[in-house]
Amino acid sequence: MLQLLWLVVAIPFVSAALLALFGSSLPRRVVAILGAGSIGLSTFFTLLISAAFLISPPADNAYVLHLWTWMSSGEFHPEIALYLDPVSLLMLLVVTFVGFLIHLYSVEYMRNDEGYARFFAYMNLFVASMITLVLANNLLLLYLGWEGVGLCSFLLIGFWYREPQNVRAAGKAFIVTRFGDTAFALGLFLLFTRLGTLDIQEVMHRAAVQWSPGSGIAVEAAALLLGGAVGKSAQLPLQTWLPDAMAGPTPTSALIHAATMVTAGVYLIARTHVLFTLAPSIQFLVALIGAATMLLAAFSALAQRDMKRVLAYSTISQIGYMFLALGLGAWSAAMFHFMTHAFFKALLFLAAGVVIHAVHEQDLYRMGGLRKELRLAFWSFVIGGSALAGLPLITAGFFSKDLILWQSWAGPNGSAWFWIAGMTGALLTSLYTFRMILLAFYGPQQAHVKAVSGVAVRISLIVLCFLSVVGGYVDTPPDFGGVPALSNFLNSVLPPLEELHVGPINETITALSASTVFALGLGLAYLLFGPQRSRLPAHNFLERLWLAGWGFDWLYDKLFVRPFQWLTRKSARDMVDVPINGLAQVTILGYRALRLTQTGRVRWYATGLAMGTVVILAIALFVH
Amino acid sequence: MFLLGLVGLLTRRNLIFTLMSIEIMLNASGLAFIAAGARWAQPDGQVMFLFILAMAAAEVSIGLAFVLLFHKRQLALDVDAASEMRG
Repeated sequence: MLQLLWLVVAIPFVSAALLALFGSSLPRRVVAILGAGSIGLSTFFTLLISAAFLISPPADNAYVLHLWTWMSSGEFHPEIALYLDPVSLLMLLVVTFVGFLIHLYSVEYMRNDEGYARFFAYMNLFVASMITLVLANNLLLLYLGWEGVGLCSFLLIGFWYREPQNVRAAGKAFIVTRFGDTAFALGLFLLFTRLGTLDIQEVMHRAAVQWSPGSGIAVEAAALLLGGAVGKSAQLPLQTWLPDAMAGPTPTSALIHAATMVTAGVYLIARTHVLFTLAPSIQFLVALIGAATMLLAAFSALAQRDMKRVLAYSTISQIGYMFLALGLGAWSAAMFHFMTHAFFKALLFLAAGVVIHAVHEQDLYRMGGLRKELRLAFWSFVIGGSALAGLPLITAGFFSKDLILWQSWAGPNGSAWFWIAGMTGALLTSLYTFRMILLAFYGPQQAHVKAVSGVAVRISLIVLCFLSVVGGYVDTPPDFGGVPALSNFLNSVLPPLEELHVGPINETITALSASTVFALGLGLAYLLFGPQRSRLPAHNFLERLWLAGWGFDWLYDKLFVRPFQWLTRKSARDMVDVPINGLAQVTILGYRALRLTQTGRVRWYATGLAMGTVVILAIALFVH
Repeated sequence: MFLLGLVGLLTRRNLIFTLMSIEIMLNASGLAFIAAGARWAQPDGQVMFLFILAMAAAEVSIGLAFVLLFHKRQLALDVDAASEMRG
C-alpha cells in the first residue's frame, strides 16, 4: 500500500498540467471535477496510506520510496525520493484533507469567476508542491516544493491581476519571502559543503556526529535555515507580506496563507530539529521570535478593520505560538498546534468568504447583526473562533495551545517569561476573536445578504467545524485522564520534551489560567465591542500604530525600498552609458545633416550632379 | 550648347522646358562626339551619335508620358511641386 505514495504527489501535478494546458477550452463542470477531484483522489490515497502506516508501521517508523536520481555530479546526487514518517504523515493528511475541503468550497465560491480553470490549475499546482515539500527525502527536493508553493502563492495573490494593488501585494509577498529563501539556499550550500549530503536523515545523523553542540558551524547552519523559515512563515522581521497577501481570493487565503504554506517554516524546523538542538542559541532565538511575533501580531489584529486582515494577523500570531513551541523544544506540541490551527483557521477563512460574498463588504465596522441571516457562517465563526481563542475542554485549539503554554514553562528553554507572554497572547487572541465576531454578527444590521451559499460550501464548513472541535482529542493531557496519542505517535521522530522545571506552575494551573484568560478576553471584548457600545473605530495613536501593523511597512519603506530606488535611479545614469549614448547622438546628428540634402527637388539634384562633375573634372585637370 | 542646356535645366521650372533642355544637352554631347570623330578621322563618333539619337527618342517618349501623367495628377507642370520624396 505504501508504494502508492507517489500517486499522492503525481495526481495533483498531472491535473494542474492538464488544467493549465487545456483548461480554457474545457467546460466548467469538467474543470471543477478535475480540479477538486484530483485533490479528492489524492486525499483518498493518503487515507489508505495512513491506515496502512498505522496498522503495520514500517521498520524504524519511516518509509522511503526511491523514485529516481535527479542528477548525478561527483558526490552530489540528490534523489527524487519520498520519505514518510509520522511527522510527514500528519502534515500530508492535513494538507490533502484541508486542501480537498477548500477545493470543494472553491468549486462553488469561484463559480462566476472568469479565471476558473486558471484558479484550479494554480491551486492544484500548489497542493502538489506542498506535498513535494512535505514528503521530500532530501533538502533539495524540499527546496523545490518550497519554491513551488512560493510561486503559487505569488500567482494566487495576484489572481485578480487587473487591480494594481493586488499585483503589488503579490510582488511584495514574493520579494519579502525571497530574503528568507536566499538564506535557506545559503544554508543548503553550507550543509552540503560541510556534510557532503542533502538527505535530511543523513544530514541530521552526520551533524550530530561531527558537530559539537553550540559550535559555530552548527549555529550558522541553523541560523540560515531559520532565515528561510521566518520568511515563509511570516515571522518577525519578515512578517509584512502576509496581511497584504489577503488580496487573493478567499479560498487561497484559507489554503495557502493560513492552513498550509505558512506553516512550511514550522515543518522545516521540526524536520531538521537536530540542527537546532545543536545550536541552543538559535533555538532560543526561535522562541524569542515566536513570542515577539505572537504578541505584536495579536495587538495588530485588535485594531484591524478588514475581516481578512484580522485573520491574517491572527495567523501570524498563531504561527508565533508554533515557533515558540519549536524554540522551547516542544516539537510535537508545535505540530499539534499546526494541525488544529489548520482546521480552525481554514474554517474561519472559509466562513469569512461566505460573509464577504454575501454582503460584498470586508470592513467589520460596516457589517453587524448578520447572525440571523448567515446562520451557518455565524456558527462556523463561533466554533472556529472559540477554537482559536481556546474555549476550554471542548475545542481543539484549547488542547494544543495549552500544551504549548505548559511546555513553555516546563521545557529546557522554558521560563516564566515565555509562560506569561503565552498567556498574554491567549488573552489578546480571545479579545480580538470575539471583537471580530461581535462586530460582524451583533449590533445593528448595516449590510444585507445578497447571496446564499450552496451545498459544497456548506459541506466544507460543517466538516471543518466538526474537525475544529474533535481535532483536539487526539492529544489530551494525561493530567485530565487523557491520552497524548499524537505526541506518542510523533515521538518516534521528534524527541519528547524533557520536563526540567517542575515548580509552582504545573499543567493544571496552566489549563486553569488559560481558561480564565479566555473568559477574561471574552468579557473584555463584550465590554469594549458589545452590541450596546458605539460602533466607531477609535483614532488614538496606539490604534493607528496597530492598524498599520506596528509601522513595519513604513520602516522598511524608509530603510530598504527608498535607498534601493535611489540607487537604481543613480545607476540608471552612470559613466558606462556616456560613450554608448554619445555614439547614438553622433549618428543622430549625421542623419540630420544628411537629411537636409534630400529635398526631393529634381533641379536641386541636377545642380548637385553638375557641381560634382565640375569638381571631378577640376581635380582631373589640375591635380596632375 | 551643353551649358545652354544645363542652365535651362537648372533655371526653368516647367517640365516641358526641362525636357527640351535635356534634349539640347544630348544634342550637344552628340555634336561633340561627331566633332571629335571628324577631328581624329574615326567612325566611332558617328556610331555614338546614332546611339544617342535612339536613346533620346526613348527618353523623350518616356518623359512625355511622365509629363502627361504628372499633369493629370497635379494639374501643374512645376518640377518643384514633385518633391514628395523629400527626406
